Amino acid sequence: MTTEVPQSLIDEVLTAVGSTPDRLLQILVGLQSRLDYLPPALISRLAARLGIARARVEGVAGFYSFLHLAPAGRYRVRFSDNIVDRMLGSEALSEAMCARLGVRPGELSEDGRVMISTTSCTGMGDQGPALLVNDRAIGRLDPQRVSEICDLILHDTPLAAWPPELFAIDDNIRRADALLTSHLAPGSALAAAMALGREGWLAQVQASRLRGRGGAGFTTAVKWLACRDAPGERKVVVCNADEGEPGTFKDRVLLHRHAELVFEGMTLAAWATGAREGFLYLRGEYAWLRPRLEAVLAARRAAGLLGAGILGATGFDFDIAIHLGAGAYVCGEETSLLESLEGKRGTPRIRPPFPVTHGYLGHPTVVNNVETLAKTCLIARDGGAAFAASGTAQSAGTKLLSISGDCARPGVYEYPFGVSIQQVLDDCGAVDVLAVQVGGASGVTIAPYEFHRRIAFEDVPSAGAFMVFDSSRDIFEVARNFVHFFAHESCGFCTPCRVGTALLKGYMDKLADGHGALQDLADIDWLDRLLKNASHCGLGSSAPNPVVDTLLKFRPAYERRIQHADFQPAFDLDGALARAREMTGRDDAGAHLDSGTGVIR
Amino acid sequence: MSGTFLLDGQPVPFEPGQTILEAARAAGRYIPHLCWHPDFPPHGSCKLCIVKVAGRHVSGCAMPAKEGWEVESDTPEMNGERRALLQMLFVEGNHFCPSCEKSGDCQLQALAYDLEMLTPRFDHFFPDRPVDASHPEVLLDFNRCIYCELCVRASRDKDGKSVFALTNRGIHKHLVVNAESGRLADTDFAADDMAANICPVGVILHKRVGFAVAIGERTYDRAPIHEVAMRPEAASDD
Repeated sequence: MTTEVPQSLIDEVLTAVGSTPDRLLQILVGLQSRLDYLPPALISRLAARLGIARARVEGVAGFYSFLHLAPAGRYRVRFSDNIVDRMLGSEALSEAMCARLGVRPGELSEDGRVMISTTSCTGMGDQGPALLVNDRAIGRLDPQRVSEICDLILHDTPLAAWPPELFAIDDNIRRADALLTSHLAPGSALAAAMALGREGWLAQVQASRLRGRGGAGFTTAVKWLACRDAPGERKVVVCNADEGEPGTFKDRVLLHRHAELVFEGMTLAAWATGAREGFLYLRGEYAWLRPRLEAVLAARRAAGLLGAGILGATGFDFDIAIHLGAGAYVCGEETSLLESLEGKRGTPRIRPPFPVTHGYLGHPTVVNNVETLAKTCLIARDGGAAFAASGTAQSAGTKLLSISGDCARPGVYEYPFGVSIQQVLDDCGAVDVLAVQVGGASGVTIAPYEFHRRIAFEDVPSAGAFMVFDSSRDIFEVARNFVHFFAHESCGFCTPCRVGTALLKGYMDKLADGHGALQDLADIDWLDRLLKNASHCGLGSSAPNPVVDTLLKFRPAYERRIQHADFQPAFDLDGALARAREMTGRDDAGAHLDSGTGVIR
Repeated sequence: MSGTFLLDGQPVPFEPGQTILEAARAAGRYIPHLCWHPDFPPHGSCKLCIVKVAGRHVSGCAMPAKEGWEVESDTPEMNGERRALLQMLFVEGNHFCPSCEKSGDCQLQALAYDLEMLTPRFDHFFPDRPVDASHPEVLLDFNRCIYCELCVRASRDKDGKSVFALTNRGIHKHLVVNAESGRLADTDFAADDMAANICPVGVILHKRVGFAVAIGERTYDRAPIHEVAMRPEAASDD
């Protein structure tokens, strides 16, 4: 089947987003949203137009979950598949929607109208179950809402005509501290920093002891200094808004309510490093935020806070462009993010060299988290010492936590670093708690005996996710959900992560299916070690974390599933006969190997 | 900065910018590898060159050597991890050595022998990967791909053609060719391209010469890979 693709459409997109190969991902995102999928003829024509190999375009398009090389429906519905969404009933709602629309999960409907599938956490854990339909997000799903969505789809109502309240997203700010209570007039932090001069401003950032809020906790001033001092005139500031860690959504709230702070923080980074260009790398799941963000950028340009000669300072030229991701968690890793920003597959680079010396297109680049950049506004306003006065010895300032799961008041909580996990649990109304997953799937599983521990780089570090599980939950299923997540999100570059995450998924499924043996636990330990030691980037090395932690702290949850003392093959002999039974219409005892266990008598 | 580091207790000199693997090779010391090739910058995907430095595992092919480092490579621990990485490569594809015409010339097979990999240990994935026999001179058997990207790199950077690329991701990652039909015959690929002669395993095979050299008399039948790889001019293909 060939699909006619008007040349004018390609021209329109290239005019809008640029026509150089480094814009490839943005071009593909633009075409996907207009055409619903990327037909083979389009890939060929686009490659010819950009003067690059067709295989490269296909390779990039194939990497990102939200780009489709085959028809995927006019309505592409993706249920957020994080464990928290599941706990809120996402699976039953997805089944109901499939039944109503007469489709099977992951398959295109016969009329080509709709495809219903799952996707990694969409950053709506406080108001799930959630889904994406094309590039819009819908939360607080229940049977009524699902039924309403089905009606709209069956009536072919264009998304633009869907009731706006369906797309209403709540900020759910439950506890505000220094950042969320700051009422900074746009430009005021910038004016304060500019009054200090570039050196003076950097000295304040140093004095603040600010560390990155994206998880790694690298000292911000060190990063900025290294970028400023790196050889090369052209410097770049990148805001990492690829908030893909399951259970995290605080950056979504910051971008929704405090975008001014984020963009001002980027401009402060430019003032420190001498950068002229900035990018906001916005995850595809948050594409719905883009119009608002563009409006904020336009207002800042009009106010002289972006563009040439910012606030009248000759030579201080800086502007920000928004770059959309397209469904790839690994792009939160900063070198993958840079590859993606350059229009390539989001594969992590070899380090060293580090982005501060060789980043975007080889230029010295600062990559900072959304929250980190917003925090720099407080430093500009109050000074470094005032910022460092809160928090702990090694963790200055406050931290935004995204709290979800089994608690009365899920949402965003801002605490000074050093808050105890028990305090957070009390504040969010969590009772009878079995475990807390701090830092998302790649983070740490905290058991009740550790609830006195504190959120801080020197104790329990966190990128912001805080998922609560009460005693009604099965912690093995939590870990299994995370293992599936990592297998889905592995970029596949290095052997240990590509194969190891898939193998780990197989072992967890084998246990879940009732075929577990003691030997499997030993194999899981061995895989955990290989992933940790040999992986190319943080995705692979942190992929086994939920399994390592839950095996250590909740081993009975695994042992309950062990059916065999020694060895049991994963291959299910009886299961392998299912197709033959279906074909012959037999389901009697003689058509089964030893019923249920799959063991030959 | 040049200097010396210790590889399994023996001093190895290095030049500025040299990686651990390059310096080791220059000193006549072998570190296993599959995706590394002397004609290309380090790739770092196969992880067979994994070595231990101060408790940290790093890719020997990509990590610049540093003065005074103590590097562990040929140890039971590192070889055990390498063996597991080989097992992963074996189970994710369809590697049936007895029926593979690359047998004896295959680096994956040779390394598995060299590192004494006796079983695949893990469950096989048995992926469905059709072969592409469309090209008159070259057959593509994707069942054996280990994603070293040597063909991708050679075609793009040396042949100037970009015949190959990777698409999809994770365990679904796979090789594609530069044609809308997906067929090698519809690309400008040629049998004397560097990309046609660089595959370390049995994906890119020249037709009609598969058994010109008998099994048992092939490169790695005559000498183990840790010797062959250290010969001058040793490239991925014999």
